[in-house]
Amino acid sequence: MKALSSLFKRGFSHGIHPEELKDRTQGLHTQRMPFVERYVLPVRQHRGAPSKPTVEVGQRVGRGEIIAEPGAFVSTALHAPVTGWVRAIGRRRFPGGRYEQAIEIEADPYATQRLTVERPLDWRGLSLEDFVPIIHRSGIVGLGGAALPAHVKYSLREGVKIKYLIANGAECEPYLTNDHRVMVERADALLRGLEILHTLLGAEESIIGVELNKPDAIEVLRERTAGDPRLRVAPLRVKYPQGDSKMMIKSILGIEVPAGLHAADLGIIMNNVSTIAAIADYFDTGMPYIDRMVTVSGPGIPYPANLIVPLGTPVREVLRFCGGLGEDTREVIMGGPMMGTPIASLDAPVIKTSSGVLAFTESETARPREYPCIRCGRCVEACPYFLNPSRLARLAKARMYEEMKRAQVMECVECGSCTYSCPSGIPIVQLIRTAKNDLWAKKSKSK
Amino acid sequence: MKPKDPRLLVQPSPLLKQRMTTGQAMRDVLIALLPATLAGIWFFGLGALLVLFACVLGAVLTEWTFAPTEERRERMLDGSGLLTGLLLGLSLPPGLPLWMAFLGGAAGIGLGKLIWGGLGHNLFNPALVGRAFLLAAFPVAMTTWSPQSGPEEFFQVQASNLALPFMQASYDAISSATPLGLMKFEYQSTPLWDLMIGKTTGCIGETSSLLLVLGGVYLLLRRDLDWRIPAGILGSVAGFSTLLFLIDPQQYPGPLFSAFSGGLLLGAIYMATDPVTSPITPKGAWIFGVGVGLLVVLIRVFGGFPEGVMYAILLMNAATPLIDRYTQPRVFGKGIKTE
Repeated sequence: MKALSSLFKRGFSHGIHPEELKDRTQGLHTQRMPFVERYVLPVRQHRGAPSKPTVEVGQRVGRGEIIAEPGAFVSTALHAPVTGWVRAIGRRRFPGGRYEQAIEIEADPYATQRLTVERPLDWRGLSLEDFVPIIHRSGIVGLGGAALPAHVKYSLREGVKIKYLIANGAECEPYLTNDHRVMVERADALLRGLEILHTLLGAEESIIGVELNKPDAIEVLRERTAGDPRLRVAPLRVKYPQGDSKMMIKSILGIEVPAGLHAADLGIIMNNVSTIAAIADYFDTGMPYIDRMVTVSGPGIPYPANLIVPLGTPVREVLRFCGGLGEDTREVIMGGPMMGTPIASLDAPVIKTSSGVLAFTESETARPREYPCIRCGRCVEACPYFLNPSRLARLAKARMYEEMKRAQVMECVECGSCTYSCPSGIPIVQLIRTAKNDLWAKKSKSK
Repeated sequence: MKPKDPRLLVQPSPLLKQRMTTGQAMRDVLIALLPATLAGIWFFGLGALLVLFACVLGAVLTEWTFAPTEERRERMLDGSGLLTGLLLGLSLPPGLPLWMAFLGGAAGIGLGKLIWGGLGHNLFNPALVGRAFLLAAFPVAMTTWSPQSGPEEFFQVQASNLALPFMQASYDAISSATPLGLMKFEYQSTPLWDLMIGKTTGCIGETSSLLLVLGGVYLLLRRDLDWRIPAGILGSVAGFSTLLFLIDPQQYPGPLFSAFSGGLLLGAIYMATDPVTSPITPKGAWIFGVGVGLLVVLIRVFGGFPEGVMYAILLMNAATPLIDRYTQPRVFGKGIKTE
């Protein structure tokens, strides 16, 4: 009860309440997607420098074997999701529609597909300094959507002492239920992963934040963590963007992370629950990040599912496994509906950030005509960062980007709450994104 | 054979959208005004309906005439012209010559909205611009209040309504004073209940306080209304008039009379809340509301007119950009001390 009452006192302000639309998949046990013929693995599925291929065309690779190594510190490794042969290294279509360098692997239909990996050292004997390079080669990235290579967060600045470790299980995007399933079905892996991080980071308390619309996950985790003073489960209000790291820190700890600082600067490390489970898997079995949990849902999908999909599987195959596409499908989205990307072709592969594959029909994709802004203020009341999206959109249309910078546009996390709530149909966050990209480009040019 | 892929859309995220549209918001306001409008027509007879119709016609026709051809349909559909006409009509005396009402609607849209650049760009509330125009141009007609008609006289249109364009109106009924006029010039109060149900003289839409509040509640439930503005206005009117009432109860009206008389509710709920011409920030909305309330009391008590809602709102409209500029919310994470 104490947790419940503190819930309504704290929490972050503003935000939106889109329909959750999770009921088609939240109760479905995960299934494993069968192996398919061909896999396409773009060498940059994460934030930072692309990975450098270490294999050649024609070479045989085993499932779990490294095929590209980190290209820089902010980069990560890439591993073969199947046993088979490297068939091509060249430019292939990326989910967003761009072409990117990718490694194409043909699966060996007669292979057992057992993992070809070496287990890393036992984490118990490791220091944080040893841990970082191990994670660097694990291919694990932030699975909440940011796709920042996981080890980057653990390379702490000198003098930083970690107090809180937060597992982000908010999953505030509508439709998506894969983090939900991880918490329910793989609570053990999650808790093992938390223990590893908790110990190595020297945290004082670990907190698992879960939105209240996942009562089964809260119950399972509460049961497993009962009696452990280092761990607690924090139920959170159902509100978008609860999963944004700064919003979640505000909700759980009541701390407002100052602009320009990272949570780690305040002694807080936050990871997505799936990321933490992936770290546990890596130390348990040596399995690098090669399988990703994908929620396949939306009105265009005949048989929705929570699937474990090997990276590089073409979306076409995922859709085929779920009964094909409904004829009225107009849009296929990779990721969540608020921050995901529609794909231009069904040949696009599942990548490390593909938390969802959603098929939308006319009724979701139709956009009303754009009207002038009537300054109704709905966007102002939606913006969790307390920006004035109405004004920013007006400035963006006039290309007054410098003025936008003064209005703190760079604090925008592009959650899309403004566009969602605009009755005039103004693409507010899209305008802001354009301006931000322009400002970034200018900044990097002047460097 | 491979089946053909559907043609896929690639829109930038977010890919979900709530269903509310601007046109819907305008329609909600029209629905909210319906009870008070019908009551006004019932109280003042067919003439009131004709006045409302003339205003709407003037507004919509002006909107249509000056809209680019390809946008005409959309501009008509967003309902904002219709709403401006109706709001203006509700704030006019029921006996006003129809040609004046028509002209007021045209002036409201033309001078109040179109010359600023159309929907969303105007500084002043278009309906009130139309009303200010009429009050300046036709001060006598705009302050001649015909008494309410009984049900049996419903279909009798007053002679003044039918005055020919550019002719002065002749009034057949003895004009009577509004509650605020009575208060200001004769120190006579009107029973509160009469004010609530609308058994008074006044503008077509401002008489029935209860129905105006009812519509306001509907808008609040539909989340079309920034509640801070009416709350600020009514609160400050009540507050300031209580202050004056305590100083001299003989000379100044009490807070309840002040809140329920004249165009205050119509103005506070439906005109001051026009999102285009009121502050967008929550803090700004409070400042705006309190400012309007203060000006209303000042004009009513110390000004030359018995009623001041129109000028109060127009003055605060002018202050809106300034209020917005100085009430921008603190951006999350900004201005926090870091150790």
